Amino acid sequence: MNDWQGETIAELATALARRETTSVALTEWCLERIATLNPRLNAFIAVTADRALTAAHAADRARAAGADTPALHGIPVSLKDLIDEAGVVTTAGSRVRHDAVAAGDATVTRRLREAGAVLVGKTNLHEFAFGTTNEDSGFGAARNPVDDTRVTGGSSGGSASAVATGMSIASIGSDTGGSIRIPAAACGVVGLKPTWGEIPADGAVPLSRQLDHLGPIARTVTDAWLVHETLAGRAPRPDARLAARPLAGTRIGLLRGYFAERLDTEVEAVFDAAVETLRREGAIVEPVEIPHARDIGPVYLHLVLSDAAAYHADTLERRPGDYTPNVRIRLEMGRYVLAEDYVRALRGRAVIAREIDRALAGRDVLLCPTMPVPAPPLGATMVDVGHGQTEPVRNAMLRLTQPFNIGRQPALTIPSGRTRTSGLPVGLQLAAASGHTSGLLEVGLSVERALARR
Amino acid sequence: MRDTGTTHDLRAAAIARWLAAAEADADARGLPELKPLLQGLAASTAALRAADWNDDADGFPTPASREADRS
Repeated sequence: MNDWQGETIAELATALARRETTSVALTEWCLERIATLNPRLNAFIAVTADRALTAAHAADRARAAGADTPALHGIPVSLKDLIDEAGVVTTAGSRVRHDAVAAGDATVTRRLREAGAVLVGKTNLHEFAFGTTNEDSGFGAARNPVDDTRVTGGSSGGSASAVATGMSIASIGSDTGGSIRIPAAACGVVGLKPTWGEIPADGAVPLSRQLDHLGPIARTVTDAWLVHETLAGRAPRPDARLAARPLAGTRIGLLRGYFAERLDTEVEAVFDAAVETLRREGAIVEPVEIPHARDIGPVYLHLVLSDAAAYHADTLERRPGDYTPNVRIRLEMGRYVLAEDYVRALRGRAVIAREIDRALAGRDVLLCPTMPVPAPPLGATMVDVGHGQTEPVRNAMLRLTQPFNIGRQPALTIPSGRTRTSGLPVGLQLAAASGHTSGLLEVGLSVERALARR
Repeated sequence: MRDTGTTHDLRAAAIARWLAAAEADADARGLPELKPLLQGLAASTAALRAADWNDDADGFPTPASREADRS
């Protein structure tokens, strides 16, 4: 059996087009990876092997018949298990939904299927996407493939682990405060949160509908673009290529203040080295601050707690014992937020969103680390955030990603190196103006290449 | 918002009343493990209420409040 580990979607699509392999062979390879690795990593809640092989055979037949196929045709992809796939249980990582068989496909699932993608299974997540570590899942914690004593990050932890290990070539996650970007950074892969509303979120179990986004986790920026285009209903051809935007003259706002304080010293070193590389490539890097950045946490907390409590209130009354204890108690907390404070948070969201837009005016992207810390150890409640300070794990992991959920701007994490002592991945985050997801990816591709050239 | 000492004290008292009621309710519902989380929420709520986009019924809008109104 060929080893496809490290191959990109573009490379695999080319290999398929040249008849160097088949979708069945690719799918069998991914299923074999799942059989080997999943007992240790717990990245998948459900593996739909029979359905995947049926779809792979169909993809191969279509190609053999000369069909003009999109880039994802025959490519094995996984879905975070809060996204509906018709006929398959959508657990949302919770025993509450252990028998919730989806009657139909989510729009994103349908678009993947129409593009010929092969759906290999449903990935593990922090229960109801309400957490950053993927430890509190009704189906057990996911483990980081780089170091299985550490968390994958969450909530789309199984998706990031699956992509990092070749259990699927790409995965679809959701992101309410960072749930695509956090695990992607923690597992050393690329994660994209598009502009809010750009990708339909119907058929996905919500956490906070005003903050939820669906998007890709993939090995490279180009792969993320190919999947994103497919999710947006524009399934690109196999020879479609994302154009890199030259870094020379690219205007980058380097986020300071809130975004640069309390960083793990090794994360800070990796990030500073990446910024220096971008400067050497000719990027114009200017410091910028968000005036109300320190209010981001309270605004986010009141919005997400209230929205989640509204969705879960009846189920919390009927079957509290079916939730994991930590998620249940956090959901209960949301039932105590006062309406007046929810209104204050809504108004704050508007202020912060406009300040991020203003920081982007005249600039191509904003830049900061994706997380202030590398993947924490399983079971940790506090993490070292540099200079002798500690912070609760959840707060630290969310701190740098949630601003762009509040602001709804597209944001991308790219691997930027490893910590010196423990070899853990460190992600670099770029954000662009709303509606400019493609432009963000064009800059991201150049950043990815510049970092690879070092 | 006029953040006078009196405003600050009244706001803190209101949050303390809310927290006491919430903790009592958590106890009554058999959820004592909720109380530390409610205390954290109270701190976050205090920060939210102190933000300068909030305004008072007996005053005038702040620049940040006008910014929030533009959405």
